[in-house]
Amino acid sequence: MDSEQQLNWMLARRQFLKTSGMGLGASVLGTLMSHKALGDADSGYTLTPTPKVKHVIFLFMAGAPSQIELFDYKPDLDQQFRKPLPPSVSMGQRVTAMTRGQEQLIAPSKFKFARAGENGIWMSELLPHLSQAADDLCIVNSLSTTAINHDPGKTFLCTGSEIPGRASMGAWLSYGLGSLNKDLPNFVVLNSAFWTGGTRNVQGLYNRLWGSGPLPSQHQGVKFQTSGDPVLFLSNPSGIDERIRRRMLDAVSQVNQQHLGAIGDPEIATTIAQQEMAFRMQASVPELTDVSGEPSNVLDLYGPEVHKGGSFARNCLLARRMVERGVRFIQLFHRGWDHHSILPKQLPGQCFDVDQASAGLIQDLKQRGLLDETLIVFAGEFGRTVYGQGTLELDDYGRDHHPRCFSGWLAGGGVKGGFVYGQTDEFSYNVVENPVHVRDLHATMLHQLGVDHERLIFPSQGLDQKLTGVEPARVVHEILA
Amino acid sequence: MNCKLLSLFVFLFAASNLLINSSLQAADPRPVRYNRDIRPLLSDRCFHCHGPDEADRQAALRLDQADGEEGAYREASGVVAVKPGSLDESELWQRITSEDPDSVMPPPDSHKKALTKDEQELFRRWIEQGANYESFWAFIPPTSPAIPESELDTESPIDQLVRRRLEEEGLSPTAVADRRTLIRRVTLDLTGLPPTRAEIEAFLNDDAPDAYEKLVDRLLDSPHYGEHMAKYWLDVVRFADTNGIHHDHYRDLSTYRDWVIRSFNDNLPYADFVRYQIAGDLYEHPQQDQLVASGFNRLHLIIDVGTMLPEESFSRNVIDRVSSVGTAFLGLTLQCAVCHDHKYDPITQRDFYSLAGFFNNIDALPETGGRRGADFLRGLQEPYIDLPSAEQAEQLRSLKQAVESLTAQVAESKEQLSELEASVAQSHAANDSTPAQQDQDQSTDEPKTTNNDEALKEAKAELAAKQKELEAATKAHDDYLLNVPAAMIMKERAEVRPSHLLIRGAYDKPGEVVARTTPGFLPLMKSDHQVKTRMDLANWLVDPQHPLTARVTVNRFWQQLFGVGLVRTSEDFGAQGEWPSHPDLLDYLAVRFVESDWNVKSLMKAMVMSHTYQQSSIASPEAFKSDPQNRLLARGSRFRLDSEVIRDQILATSGKLSRQMFGKSVKPPQPEGLWKAVSLPSSYPNEYSADSGDKIYRRSVYTFWKRAMPPPQMSIFNAPNREECVARRERTNTPLQALLLMNETEYLKAARHLASDILAATTDDQQRLSMIYETITSQLPDPEIAQDLKELAADLRKLYQQSPDLAAALCADATAPASVPHDELAAWTLVASAVYNLDITKTKQ
Repeated sequence: MDSEQQLNWMLARRQFLKTSGMGLGASVLGTLMSHKALGDADSGYTLTPTPKVKHVIFLFMAGAPSQIELFDYKPDLDQQFRKPLPPSVSMGQRVTAMTRGQEQLIAPSKFKFARAGENGIWMSELLPHLSQAADDLCIVNSLSTTAINHDPGKTFLCTGSEIPGRASMGAWLSYGLGSLNKDLPNFVVLNSAFWTGGTRNVQGLYNRLWGSGPLPSQHQGVKFQTSGDPVLFLSNPSGIDERIRRRMLDAVSQVNQQHLGAIGDPEIATTIAQQEMAFRMQASVPELTDVSGEPSNVLDLYGPEVHKGGSFARNCLLARRMVERGVRFIQLFHRGWDHHSILPKQLPGQCFDVDQASAGLIQDLKQRGLLDETLIVFAGEFGRTVYGQGTLELDDYGRDHHPRCFSGWLAGGGVKGGFVYGQTDEFSYNVVENPVHVRDLHATMLHQLGVDHERLIFPSQGLDQKLTGVEPARVVHEILA
Repeated sequence: MNCKLLSLFVFLFAASNLLINSSLQAADPRPVRYNRDIRPLLSDRCFHCHGPDEADRQAALRLDQADGEEGAYREASGVVAVKPGSLDESELWQRITSEDPDSVMPPPDSHKKALTKDEQELFRRWIEQGANYESFWAFIPPTSPAIPESELDTESPIDQLVRRRLEEEGLSPTAVADRRTLIRRVTLDLTGLPPTRAEIEAFLNDDAPDAYEKLVDRLLDSPHYGEHMAKYWLDVVRFADTNGIHHDHYRDLSTYRDWVIRSFNDNLPYADFVRYQIAGDLYEHPQQDQLVASGFNRLHLIIDVGTMLPEESFSRNVIDRVSSVGTAFLGLTLQCAVCHDHKYDPITQRDFYSLAGFFNNIDALPETGGRRGADFLRGLQEPYIDLPSAEQAEQLRSLKQAVESLTAQVAESKEQLSELEASVAQSHAANDSTPAQQDQDQSTDEPKTTNNDEALKEAKAELAAKQKELEAATKAHDDYLLNVPAAMIMKERAEVRPSHLLIRGAYDKPGEVVARTTPGFLPLMKSDHQVKTRMDLANWLVDPQHPLTARVTVNRFWQQLFGVGLVRTSEDFGAQGEWPSHPDLLDYLAVRFVESDWNVKSLMKAMVMSHTYQQSSIASPEAFKSDPQNRLLARGSRFRLDSEVIRDQILATSGKLSRQMFGKSVKPPQPEGLWKAVSLPSSYPNEYSADSGDKIYRRSVYTFWKRAMPPPQMSIFNAPNREECVARRERTNTPLQALLLMNETEYLKAARHLASDILAATTDDQQRLSMIYETITSQLPDPEIAQDLKELAADLRKLYQQSPDLAAALCADATAPASVPHDELAAWTLVASAVYNLDITKTKQ
């Protein structure tokens, strides 16, 4: 967006916030404005129904957790230990370079499952706290994606395309829905600074995962740092306190105002406004990240790790605080799930990091009445193979990447609780019932936010770009309450 | 939702934006033109189902062509889609105006926007005026517009063509900007650096009629010109210092960057600039520069070995290479045809893989190697060439000689040792054979054994010592090699690799083999070879009759100076791109460019010498509102500087800038932990370690660019990740940018450095702030602004006097003379910082 449009957009947004009580309309405007043919306001080009939710918290398990140990219960596999995966199941599907040419021998889950919640859904022993929250979980066992390697897989889950350069989920939402607050970014990324599963299985992250692609870049995710300033360059350098900063900005503003009068370019007004926003962020962000006022009964929900800055648990707590303050999309990254080897040894630590924290997040939002308006999504970029990789013992094995099926869960935000959707075959290899492609997940998320994924578009590179891309995508109404 | 309000806003924006390109206004007297008015609508609403892509074509109707069996004029079952002159007989008109949801086009379930009344009106007039089709403008070779001789004496062609358009709108150009604005504008535009106060003064005092032209010539001769021009090109070709995928390891392409800088400074004809990059390796006896330039084909993202299937990586690399040629040279979105025929442009999927044939025959592995070895540490992957300086070559020779000689010595020592061992073994064996005798002779034998063992021990020690020396020499050689520049190049395999059409773009679904060739809707490619070569492709691109290359190029240079291209979508000249604001001007520039033998400096000079360029950018708020992007060019263009220029300006005006050119990328300080937060532990490198000394003050074009985490000073101001080719950056205005300019520690130190110099220069407050203001903005402060800043200085002085701790903290590591009190330095540092934070400082006006 160029400066003039942006100023108008800001003015328009302000107007809308006043008149409609929330930011929805303004962003439609953003969409329309950036579209080439602008003269057709009467064309019925609008976003869909009333939004069910206002916020999304996306818990991204980077590296791809195994669905077989965590969600997709396959008790019969115990009898199949070291037996080859029937070719009729694998159907010559593509593999990675790591297990190409290797025999595909079954590795059953070392970990047990038990029924949990009122509906008695099967939950893994590795997730005791989430088991207690089972009635709030909507588990999807039939997710699938197109990519078989991490980088393209993560890029696909975050942007709807394997090719770098598309806009990320949060950027789309920020662009499509506008902001609910005036002092904080609209899309925040929180990265875990450490994880219990060690560095052996860790995968890289990339700016593009929260990038704005072709969308105006104010919609890109603001990645909070786990040490130092949470937002880059937020703090005044040493030797400058708030009074001095204020005094300096007042002068800057005065001089800018004079230039605005002399030159006439409204872009100067935008600069003034953004400098003021920056100044407000210097107060609002530290207030947001300061958790010292949280009572112990709340902290306890998230587990002991919440006391460590940069932990996944702390980030879950921060996510709740952001929801309270109107941040639209919060994406948490937790790494270290790429269990090609010694999976049984390393998976429990990973689960320790996220189990209590995410269960606590659900409960905390619930007790504040915010769970209904917040959709939580938990997923990795793909699943893992039923056949082992490397050493294959009952209690020592690894699993390779598997895009054909994987599991994730949703909670809050108008999805069914205590509900399991989608079915895989007996090897957790192929989806046999109710498939949910990542594109469908995206479409469903957007739907809950009141956005028709077919209509949230941005023209770029000769195409009307969409989060869900050019392939068909559908809203999975069956999982909605 | 408040729909009425929404409509109102949309209407306002629409009104202000659309007048540039189409005759949407009701009273527009201009005849409707297919290319300008109708094609964009058809492309947007209709081509998806009635366009070039055969697979999606409905009702055997294509609206992108008038004639042919499926063309718009054809009659099928008594129905004609478009009947020139007759609305009644034109089914298209009936359908786009239909109120019946089952009949109206575009159909509601296509999610294409319905045509507005105004748009329908355009179709009405077009059909009534004869429904003329035109060949797509961008695919027809440009021709120079007629310009009356008489007018040429007084006005440059650029200015005439701009004025014609202005007159159509009832507007007129603005007067030339004041001299301070002018020298700042043109210095920033041609070198990426602001003018010094001395340069400003010299220009102000130069009364010669050609003072401005002399200034332009001086700037075009500056070595910083090439650095600045290179910056834009490096975005286009997605230049970076890491692989961009998976581990995102180090990849050293810096010699390619050096070549780009030198090419611009040497004014290499753009045709050669293209040829060298596409096919520099295919000259009969390629010069070093030509080989280095061919590294263009190595700039794509590439994965390290181990996870992806190599054949998939291979296919991705080829697609990336072809797509970059599309964006960089053709201004086409070729990548849309990877999986299927292009939806909007006549690029078939077959065309894509026919082009891929030129780029799939590289003699290189599709993935970078493992973590070991000198290549890995140097960020290189074969094929590459070493580019040592004469001195380095000499040094390498002697280091290599040392290795060779030690290798020989080690071999010799080994041989001696094994001979010795053999003889000892023999003597032992002889002894062993008569154990009885041995016992007897023990007294006499012992010294002999000892002698042997001693010799053996010595020989072993000598070998060990030599081996150690060899190791050290090898390490010395390899260590030295790390600093020897090299260039990854393009290299053709001897045997031509067939190019398969990939079904739905899938690497593992090869379809038929297609021959190397160029898309059929563009001019034919000439070739003397049985199998066409990349050099043929390069020559085809720069053929004077090629409709795209010159247009796309001049448009990008125009965009560089005016903020927006004559074609706004500078990466897309296809059907979905935008109609040029000044088609005649674009063509004039393109033709002139080719006729000048693709002379870039001459083109840049012609543009900055124009009145259009030199106009003042001051205008009424209404003018800014009615033409926010200044597409009509009724005033000078005013827009925010790019991230590199913002940083370089701070370094230059504060006196910190290092003007050293060329070489490997450097790492100025950045906030801690950014790389670590995204890297794998085994990424190389995985943590950012900032350089020190002068290196951190090098120009930003030399800053290390990690694709997974580009330098925040750059990305916060809209610099791209360099993962894909970007022909234009957007310009946003965000609070994160405000924070960066306020708080970045190096930027604050620069302000302090400037303050300290100014404090040393004069004791007069008025003079001080005037000097600061002029150094940073090239302007003198008017009295009101001077007053504001003077009050700021006074208040800050008081504040710092009250808080000596803060003053001390701000001055902690300053190099200012001890005579300057901390509160004074702190106060003036903040005054300088305030000026650095002004809107006009980060803006070219």
